[in-house]
Amino acid sequence: MSGVLVVAYLSAGVLFIRSLAGLSRQETATSGNELGMVGMAVAVAVAMVTWILGAHDPGAAELHLRVTGLVMLAAAIGVGFFIGATLAKRVEMTGMPELVAVLHSFVGLAAVLVGFSSYLHPHGVSGDSVARVVHEVEVWVGVAVGAVTFTGSIIAWGKLKGTISGKPLLLPGRHALNGLVAFAIVGAAMPFVQAGSPNGVWLLLGMTVLASLLGVHLVMAIGGADMPVVVSLLNSYSGWAAAAAGFMLSNDLLIVTGALVGSSGTILSIIMCRAMNRSILNVVFGGFGTGDAKPSGAPAAITGEVQEMKADEVAEALRQARQVIIVPGYGMAVSRAQGAVNELTRSLAERGVTVRFAIHPVAGRLPGHMNVLLAEAGVHYDIVLEMEHINQDFPNTDVVLVIGANDIVNPSALTDPNSSIYGMPVLECWKAKLTVVLKRGMAAGYAGVDNPLFTLDGTRMLFGDAKKSIDALVTAVKK
Amino acid sequence: MVRAVASIIGVPKESLPGEHRVGATPESVKKLAARGLVVHVQRGAGAAAGYDDAAYVEAGATIVDSVWSYDTLYKVRSPTLDEVASLKEGALIVSLMQPERHPGLIDALKAKKATALALERIPRVTRAQKMDVLSSQANLSGYRAVVEAAAHLQGFMGPQVTAAGSTPPAKVLVIGAGVAGLAAVGAARALGAQVRAFDTRAAAREQVESLGAQFLEVKLQESGEGKGGYAKVMSPEFIAAEMDLFRAQAKEVDVIITTALVPGTKAPTLVPRDVVEALKPGSVIVDMAAEQGGNCELTTPGQVVVHNGVKILGFTDLASRMAATSSRFFAMNLVHLTGELGKGDTLEVPLENDVVRPALLLHQGEVLPPLPVKEPTPQTQPVAPPNPDVKQEPAAITAPNRAAWGSTLAGLALISALFGLGRFAPSDFLQHSTVFVLACFIGWQVIWSVSPALHTPLMSVTNAISGIIIVGGLLQVGDGVDLASVLGVLAVFFATINIAGGFLVTERMLKMFQRGQPSSSSSGGHR
Repeated sequence: MSGVLVVAYLSAGVLFIRSLAGLSRQETATSGNELGMVGMAVAVAVAMVTWILGAHDPGAAELHLRVTGLVMLAAAIGVGFFIGATLAKRVEMTGMPELVAVLHSFVGLAAVLVGFSSYLHPHGVSGDSVARVVHEVEVWVGVAVGAVTFTGSIIAWGKLKGTISGKPLLLPGRHALNGLVAFAIVGAAMPFVQAGSPNGVWLLLGMTVLASLLGVHLVMAIGGADMPVVVSLLNSYSGWAAAAAGFMLSNDLLIVTGALVGSSGTILSIIMCRAMNRSILNVVFGGFGTGDAKPSGAPAAITGEVQEMKADEVAEALRQARQVIIVPGYGMAVSRAQGAVNELTRSLAERGVTVRFAIHPVAGRLPGHMNVLLAEAGVHYDIVLEMEHINQDFPNTDVVLVIGANDIVNPSALTDPNSSIYGMPVLECWKAKLTVVLKRGMAAGYAGVDNPLFTLDGTRMLFGDAKKSIDALVTAVKK
Repeated sequence: MVRAVASIIGVPKESLPGEHRVGATPESVKKLAARGLVVHVQRGAGAAAGYDDAAYVEAGATIVDSVWSYDTLYKVRSPTLDEVASLKEGALIVSLMQPERHPGLIDALKAKKATALALERIPRVTRAQKMDVLSSQANLSGYRAVVEAAAHLQGFMGPQVTAAGSTPPAKVLVIGAGVAGLAAVGAARALGAQVRAFDTRAAAREQVESLGAQFLEVKLQESGEGKGGYAKVMSPEFIAAEMDLFRAQAKEVDVIITTALVPGTKAPTLVPRDVVEALKPGSVIVDMAAEQGGNCELTTPGQVVVHNGVKILGFTDLASRMAATSSRFFAMNLVHLTGELGKGDTLEVPLENDVVRPALLLHQGEVLPPLPVKEPTPQTQPVAPPNPDVKQEPAAITAPNRAAWGSTLAGLALISALFGLGRFAPSDFLQHSTVFVLACFIGWQVIWSVSPALHTPLMSVTNAISGIIIVGGLLQVGDGVDLASVLGVLAVFFATINIAGGFLVTERMLKMFQRGQPSSSSSGGHR
C-alpha cells in the first residue's frame, strides 16, 4: 500500500509542477490549468482511498465504525465545492483580486485548523520524545504561518474591496511592535513544547491570536498601491502553511506542493517589486507613501493649472491621430470600461489609426490585472504591450489616453528624489504629442502622491466616470 | 584584386534638360576633402540646385571649365554619348547608368575602357542603404508627387468646415507602396487627405497601415514578393482583379498616384483609359512611372495631359524639382559609397566588395561575371517607421547573476542547516526537509519564465493548488465527532472552496485569453 501511495503522491506532485510550467506561456496555459485539476483530483482521490482503507492511521477503526466521519467529509467536500464553483462563476472579472485574496484566507484558516487537529490527535507520531518535540514545533510553525495568512488575506480583501481604507495604517513604533509579537511567538514555543499535548492547547490558542494580530497589522501598514505584491506574498504564505502542515502530518505531497506554491509566490512578488524598483522588505515594512527612510525635504510642489478637454475634442484628436497608445489603470477596472475601450479601439482601427495598449507591471490591483480585463473585453493580446516594449514609442505617439491610471504615469518618479515613488519605472506618456487623462476628479492615486503630469502643457484632463467618458468618445469617433 | 585610380574627382554640370541636381554639394565636398580627396567642380554645376561656385570653393573644391578629362567623375544622370566621347581612356565614372534606356552607352564606355559604377544597381541590402540613391530620391519624389497633385487639384486636401461652406477631405489612392509610394502616403496624410494604398506585396500592408492609411486588397491570393524587395509581374487573373478594384476606386477618389515599377521592363499599365474616364472631372493622376513608360495609358512623359477634365501629370523630374535637398541626399549617398572605394587620398575599386561589385557595369571596359554570392535579402523600406506591432515574445524574466548567486548561497545555507539538524533530528524529519528544499528549487526554476500577462492566472492556479491542504484535513478526520475530527472536516470544507474556486476561476480567465486570440480586428499590422 505505501508504495502505491508514494507513486500516486509523486504523480500528483509532477502534475502540479507541469501545471505551473504550463501557465508560463499563453499556448499551454489552459492545459496547465487542466493538469493542475487532474493532479488535485489524483491527490484527493488517493487521500480518500487511504482514509477509507484506514491506512493513514494504524489506530484507525474499521470503516463501518467511521461512517460519521465519512458522511462529514462527503458533506464538507460537496458543500465546499458548490460554494467555490459558485464564487468562481459569479465573480466579475473586476472582482478577481478580492476573490483571490479571500481564497488565500481560506488556505490560511485550513492550515490553522489542521494544526490544532494534529496537535490534539497526532497520527503516526511515534512515542519517542524527540519525534514529539519536532512534531509540536511543526504544529507551532504551521499554525503561526496559517494565522498570519488568514488575517492578512482578510485585511487585503477588505482593502481591495474598499471596505478598509487603502491608506497605510501606521501605528507609532510599529516595527518594535511587530518585533515584539514575533519574539513572543517564538519564545512561547518553549513552554508549549514543555507542556505537552493536550495541555499546551491554551498556549497554542494564545499564539494564534497573536499571529492573527500580526497578520492584521502587517497588511494594514501597507498602502493600497502595493496590494498586488501583498496578494502575491500571501499566496506564497499559503504555500508555506501547506508545507508546514505536510511536516506535521509527515506527508510528502503536502510538503512538495506547499513548497512549490510558496516559492512561486515569492518569485512573483520579487518580479513585481523589481518592476517597482523596490525590495520586498521595503514593501512589507516600508509603509509606502509615508516618507520613511527618504531624503529629507518636501516633494516638489505642483504648480500650474490643469487644462480640461471635452469628449468631442478628444474624439477629434483621436480621429486625426496615427499612433494612439492607451494606458489603462485601476480606474478602468473600477468603472468596468474595458468593453467600451475595446469598441473605441476597433472604431479607431477601422479609421486606420494604430492603437496599442501600454501595460505597467503594477497597473491594477493584481499582477497582470489589466491583461485579464482586456482579454475579457476581446482586445487582441498582440497590441497589448508590456512597459519595456512600448516605453520608447511615446515620442512618436500622437495621442495617449490614460484611463484611470495615476502613479504609473507619474513623471516625478523619474525626476523628484523626494517623491515616495522615486525610482519606480513609469510609462513616459508625457513624451507624446498629447496626453489625455480620464479621471473622476483630482484625487491622488493609491500611493497618495501628487502627479505633476496633470498640469503639464501637453496634458488635458477629461473628467468623469471612465465608462461614460469612453462611451462618449466612441459615439463621437463613429460620427 | 583592386585597382588604384587617381584621386581628383570631377563633378560635371548635368546636361539633361530640366535636370537641376548635381553630383556634389559643398557639404559633400567637405566630407570628401576630409579624407584627402580633391574635388573639381565644373563652373555653374550646382547653380540650378542653389549651390553657387563660391560655396564650393569655400568648401575646398576648385572650379574648372571642364572635368571630362579627369580620371574620376561623380554625376547624377547617365552620361550622354557625346560626353562619353570626351571621357578619358580608363576613367572611373559613377552615376545612374540605366543602359537599358540608353542604347549604345555600354559600347561607348567599353570603347573608352571605362570603369562604370551604376548607382541604380547597388544592391538593396541593409548595409548599402546609405548609398542607395534610388531610395533617397524616391522618398523626395513621393512627397513631391503629392505636392504637385495638391497644386493641380481644385480643392483642399484636408477637410474644411468654415462659415462659408464645408468640404470633405480629398481621397487619395496610392498604387505601389514602395519607398516613393509610402512617402506619398505619409505626405498626403499630413495634408489631411484620406489615403488608401495598394500593393501586391503582403509586407506592404503593415507599412501602409503604420502610416495611418487604409490598405486595399484584391480577393485573389497571390504573393507579389519579387527579388530584392521589388514586386514581380503578376498573373493575368490577379491583374484583372486588380483592375476591377481600381475601377471601383476611381469612382470615389480625387487623386491617384502611381508608383509601380518592375525592374528591367516597361512600367505596367495600371490605369487604362476607362479608369481615367471613371474619375470625376478635376481629379488628378500623378504618374511617377512616367519615365519608364507610365502606369497610366494616357501619360505623356514630362507633360500634363488633360483628358475629360482629369489632369494626368507625367513629370519625370519630381526629385529634381527639389534640387537643393535631392542633391544633398544624392551627394551624401555618393560620399558613403566613396567609403567603400579604398582609403585615404586614393580611390580603389574593390572587386570583391559585395556592394560595389553588383553595381560595376564595366571594369576597365570589361563586363565582369557576377560574384558567386547569395541573393541579397530585401531591405526594409527607409521611410517606413519602425513597425510598431512586431510580435514580441513576452520577455522571459531571467534571474540576473546576482540572484543566481543569492540562491546558490541560500541553498548552501540550507544544506548546512540540514546537516546541523541531521545530528539530532529524526531521520523522518530530515527526509521531509530534503523533499521540501528540492521542491522549493523546482518552484523557483519553473516560475522565472512566466509571461507577465499570465501573472494573475498563475497566482490563481497556485492558490488552487495550495488547497492541497485538504489532504491534511482529510487525514485528521477520525472515527467520531471529536474535536480533532471536526477541525479536520472544517479544514476540508475551506480547502475545497479554495480548490474549486481557484481552478474554475482560472479556467474562466484563460478562456478569455483564448477568445481574444481569433477575434483580431484590431489595429495596424499584426498578421
